[in-house]
Amino acid sequence: MAALDISVADQTVGTNETGRTIEFIRRNPTVVISASVLIAMFLVAIFAPYLATDPLELAPWDRLKPPGEFGWFGTDHLGRDVYARTIYGARISLSVGLFVALVSTGVGLFIGLLAGYVRIVDTVVMRIMDGLMAIPGILFAIALMALVGSSVQNVIIAISVPEIPRVVRLVRAIVLTIREMPYVEAAVASGTRLPQILVRHILPNTFAPLMVQATYICASAVIVEAYLSFLGAGTPPEIPSWGNMMAEGRVYFQFKPWLLFFPGLCLACMVMTVNMLGDGLRDTLDPRIARGMR
Amino acid sequence: MHYCLDEVGFMYAYIVKRILATIPVMAVVAVFVFGLLHLTPGDPAAIIAGDYASPSDIEGIREKLGLNEPIPVQFYTWVKSVAQGDLGVSIFSNLPVTKLIGQRVEPTLMLSLFTIVIAIGVAIPLGVLAAWKSRTFIDRFAMIFAVLGFSVPVFVIGYILMYVFAIQLKWFPVQGYKHLADGILPCIRSLVLPSVALGIVYIALIARITRASVMEVLAEDYIRTAKAKGLSSQVVLIRHALKNAAVPIITIIGVGIALLIGGVVVTESVFNIPGLGRLTVDAILHRDYPVIQAIIILFAGVYVLVNLLVDLSYVFLDPRIRY
Amino acid sequence: MENSIAVANRTDSPILQIKDLRTFFDTRDGTVRAVNGLSLELYAGETLCIVGESGCGKSVTAMTILGLLPKPPARIESGEILFEGADLLKLDERDMRAIRGNDISMIFQEPMTSLNPVLTIGRQISEVISLHQGVSDRAARARAIEMLDRVRVPDPHQRVNEYPHQLSGGMRQRAMIAMALSCNPKILIADEPSTALDVTIQAQILDLMRELRDDFGTSIILITHDLGVVAEMGERVLVMYAGGKVEEASVEELFHYPLHPYSEGLMTSIPRLNESLAGDGDRVRLQEIPGMVPSLIEKIPGCLFAPRCSYASEKCEAESPQLAEHRKQHYAACWESSNFAQRMESPTS
Repeated sequence: MAALDISVADQTVGTNETGRTIEFIRRNPTVVISASVLIAMFLVAIFAPYLATDPLELAPWDRLKPPGEFGWFGTDHLGRDVYARTIYGARISLSVGLFVALVSTGVGLFIGLLAGYVRIVDTVVMRIMDGLMAIPGILFAIALMALVGSSVQNVIIAISVPEIPRVVRLVRAIVLTIREMPYVEAAVASGTRLPQILVRHILPNTFAPLMVQATYICASAVIVEAYLSFLGAGTPPEIPSWGNMMAEGRVYFQFKPWLLFFPGLCLACMVMTVNMLGDGLRDTLDPRIARGMR
Repeated sequence: MHYCLDEVGFMYAYIVKRILATIPVMAVVAVFVFGLLHLTPGDPAAIIAGDYASPSDIEGIREKLGLNEPIPVQFYTWVKSVAQGDLGVSIFSNLPVTKLIGQRVEPTLMLSLFTIVIAIGVAIPLGVLAAWKSRTFIDRFAMIFAVLGFSVPVFVIGYILMYVFAIQLKWFPVQGYKHLADGILPCIRSLVLPSVALGIVYIALIARITRASVMEVLAEDYIRTAKAKGLSSQVVLIRHALKNAAVPIITIIGVGIALLIGGVVVTESVFNIPGLGRLTVDAILHRDYPVIQAIIILFAGVYVLVNLLVDLSYVFLDPRIRY
Repeated sequence: MENSIAVANRTDSPILQIKDLRTFFDTRDGTVRAVNGLSLELYAGETLCIVGESGCGKSVTAMTILGLLPKPPARIESGEILFEGADLLKLDERDMRAIRGNDISMIFQEPMTSLNPVLTIGRQISEVISLHQGVSDRAARARAIEMLDRVRVPDPHQRVNEYPHQLSGGMRQRAMIAMALSCNPKILIADEPSTALDVTIQAQILDLMRELRDDFGTSIILITHDLGVVAEMGERVLVMYAGGKVEEASVEELFHYPLHPYSEGLMTSIPRLNESLAGDGDRVRLQEIPGMVPSLIEKIPGCLFAPRCSYASEKCEAESPQLAEHRKQHYAACWESSNFAQRMESPTS
């Protein structure tokens, strides 16, 4: 508010590394907590073989046992250990989330940079992107899966493609803004060539918003993978993913809810953590550009 | 609203421009949808004919569907027939696609409308409240709720609601849908749980944007002026703040429709509602391409229409846009 | 800085009286003492100017009068603001709302952003009238047109339906003045009303304010950092520094005999066109006040201006000076004022 023009003397925070780290933690609790939880999940996923028994092991004689009676999370309709499958499911979710984020951000960045700078490419590309954004993401992904068949790689591709238009939009908007900045004009005037301008001036400005957007994409991808598997159009049924587990478990839902509950809970936790990380990053990094995102 | 001749002219131009802009978008959708069938590995005619067809059957189908023509011609014929309302025949059920859609439209429409009404009705007041009482307990609570809502997938919420309210408490039917023809109350009753499950994501999204937008507006100088004039908080919020905050909010409602559509597919699957979402899932499982194509066009068309309405509403919300 | 209450040369009682106001802000880095013991009086029909640089507390004072500060982080530590027999600081929100825009009005610095872009000018003016005077919308609108005419907005019947972005900066400020004066308030607080405007428009706005003041008989508290505005508009002046009052006098007294080194600094830092060649033909440098405004968080013993003052003595650094009447009706809070006054009477440079 214009009226409150208070001059506050600068307090010098300790300049040593520990002091700064503590200050960072204090001021950005969301980022720190969610990042820590995510790292923990990562570790669980990586060390899955050491933490659980074989998720594929069939034991029909022990089918549908509730948690506590057999295994921490009970068994499913084929006698498989739900706990083990949940832990292994984390691998699928995390890898899908991560790779979708990487692929869509990478491709989107490339296209967005081009579109922002080359006029002709811009008009054509943006029309195509608008059109693609009109197709609901899940339907798009399902359609692609129908096209290419079921495998984890295909799931990653099918989920990435619908996310690309949004990234392109974001990158293009940034390019258009930065292009008008006086320092870019100065660079052009002094003879800097296009690739150098892109790398030196434009690219650094994309990092922060892209990172925030990437976390949201990751969260969304985890959910979409679950949806796809749930509908039968996602990861192949032999692979234990949380979506698959829920799809299989829904039939028994009324009397054996744990089949749905544990994967669902883990899914919710992971997505929430990633979303919070995205929020925290958005609040920490440049607020102006990032504020336009969800 | 006060207009002069200039402004009316401008508005017409704006509206026409916006409507024209939807054409290229739908064109891209059409290309994509058309490409679906033809990009599939394998012979489209064989796919359509099914697993038990003989070569002559397949050839017959190829002739009938004009699959021997060059691709651009096929595309043109296809677009022409779609524009005339002929969406083809379902492979699986042999019924015209339009009829199939007609049968399934009502549940999806009711579900969507109900969800949108609930979502907007809850989210906007929630967001405004959170912005007004920013940084207090109410605000934090609302925002945590929003993050939760955004993160938990629809079917998880759906099953939780189902378990608690339908199975244990028996307040609502577990699954299924009651048509309007059977009475409005049973219809609504069967829609409550699915709508809430579907709506939570939408609520979370809208509430967050509402809060952010209203907070930004409340920090503006003209709000300080309004308070300095002695206006009450309600008047300041509603008359001065909300209209200024409206543009991002309306935008996100339009964009969120895409989420809604995606969620409808899953929700109908969870709650066994015989609507378009279920139709889609079945169609995909059976590789029923005409149906898949039609549904994608339909949903995309709805999305484009809603966003068009949103775009048009900007003119009424912000007088500066008229110039 | 401690104050005793200054008595002006009026025999009637003041319409607004601030007694020892302390407004603090609780921030993460400490408590900011934005206004630290300010007292002033405003009499009917007079124009009181509050001068000082950014951060001295003048805007915070204005906002405190109308109760417009967000209560956390702001906090009224102590003091009274007496208006029409009541202490404004103790009134509840409903009573304050009845006063805002009605008995006491305020106009702000930025006419660009202080008007709501999605409501018409007419609406923004008439809503104040409807609110406080309980008249019909029609009557309120008619009165709004009247006010627009009063503030010399050409073609008011047309303008009343226009939106702020369709008006120029000067017009917008006129509209704000119209809005503020529409209910004929007893006091108008103008916070840097002309600062954001072009110089020519500035003059117009100030003329307008003078005219309206004479017509309506409103008392004005004019907050500014521009001494030119003070010279044009002011009758009495109050100089603030770092949250407190350092000098108070009539405009003429202050300009001719500044008794506080800070006020003297302000005067000499104004470029004077006829002084660029002084005495032996050399150009004269603008005298600036060295140093920076002190932190409002740390408690400093002694005079807050001492670190920047060229007249500072040991006493200045040890003890905080009291406000004292050094000349007739002219108060300053400075231990060295008497030395000062002497120097003024025998100018050396």
